[in-house]
Amino acid sequence: MTIEIKTSTLEPIRHTFEHTRRRFGDKPASRYQEASYDVAPEKNFHYRPLWEPDKLLNDPSRTAVVMEDWYVHKDPRQFYYGTYVQARAKLQEVTESNYAFFEKRGLAERMPEEVVEKITRCLLPLRHAELGANLNNVYATAYGTATVVTQAFLYNGMDRLGIAQYLSRIGLLLDGNSADSLATAKEYWMSDPAWQGLRRYVENVMCLKDWFEMFIAQDVVLDTLVYDLIYRQFDEHMTESGGADLAMLIEFMQEWHKDNSRWVDSLLKTTVAESDHNRELIGNWVAEWKEKAVTDLAPLAEIAVGEQAIAAAVEVMDKRLAKAGL
Amino acid sequence: MSKVYLALQDNEESHYIVEAIEDDNPDATVIYQPAMIRIENEGHLVIRRETVEDKMGRDWEVQALHVNLITLGGNVDETDDELSLTWNA
Repeated sequence: MTIEIKTSTLEPIRHTFEHTRRRFGDKPASRYQEASYDVAPEKNFHYRPLWEPDKLLNDPSRTAVVMEDWYVHKDPRQFYYGTYVQARAKLQEVTESNYAFFEKRGLAERMPEEVVEKITRCLLPLRHAELGANLNNVYATAYGTATVVTQAFLYNGMDRLGIAQYLSRIGLLLDGNSADSLATAKEYWMSDPAWQGLRRYVENVMCLKDWFEMFIAQDVVLDTLVYDLIYRQFDEHMTESGGADLAMLIEFMQEWHKDNSRWVDSLLKTTVAESDHNRELIGNWVAEWKEKAVTDLAPLAEIAVGEQAIAAAVEVMDKRLAKAGL
Repeated sequence: MSKVYLALQDNEESHYIVEAIEDDNPDATVIYQPAMIRIENEGHLVIRRETVEDKMGRDWEVQALHVNLITLGGNVDETDDELSLTWNA
């Protein structure tokens, strides 16, 4: 007797959600697509918000930027909650082992006094700036349009809290858990003339109503300059002055910035390419905030690295902007 | 000439690889079978690291293909940047 084994294929009636099918066609969709596209409600709202009766919830007019369809954007990292958490957990694992190594080998004691002082003055106050960046990005999550855009802002905001915490831990590692360095750093942030420009800048950005302008001012202009200045140039400068071990502690920020820049570049590029109106508008914002940022950061740049530092950072930013078509 | 082919497990990661293969090999035929995706092409098939990375949105090594690979047919030429299948004439 022969037994014939047969397989029968059952074709599923639908491969994905209806709203995903409308956008991508009837084929198996990725988790990112299902979790991100056409998820936020856009119409049929019952009530207007009392605090802003001229606008609807998720109103696209909260920015002057106009997009025919905000869902043309795509996060190149394809982060939805699951992938985002996995990616950060991986990055954090490496960082934790770096911090553990730093502590175990007592590397803080081997750092020259003036290097520790320099770190306290030029790096630690940044944790306050990161908190500002958190507020700014989360603002865009609250008022921005389209899940595919707003979720990335939220991840950015959460990352900023993480970075602020790592900066605090650097302080605690260097001052033997007394938190003295953090108190000193706060003092620098509040009253050191070198930091007042950046503090004013961050606080001004907090007052912006237009969330896309916030994105330009914070994530495009300020972050590009600060991350190049501190996490590249200042890092190199510290390595030369005998504080090479600092590199272990700020690797998270460098890796994060590289990762985050991919999203920032993509959001910027797609929006600029949409229309001349957007190009002009964003071009003006960039010019305006760049001028402020360069003036406000110059004193810090000079103290942290040297006279040429800010010019080098601007060069990096111009290259990035050119790639985005500005 | 006969066809080269490649079969992958039908999972989330493979979908990106299949998309990349479709982009790089416009003539390839993709057949969805139960729990398996079979891709065939006349004479030549290539999987490029760059395209797959682009689709996945993260770094990907060509060797990671083997995680989802069920079978393949053809002479393999594997480098850091691509894996290609051909039949040597």
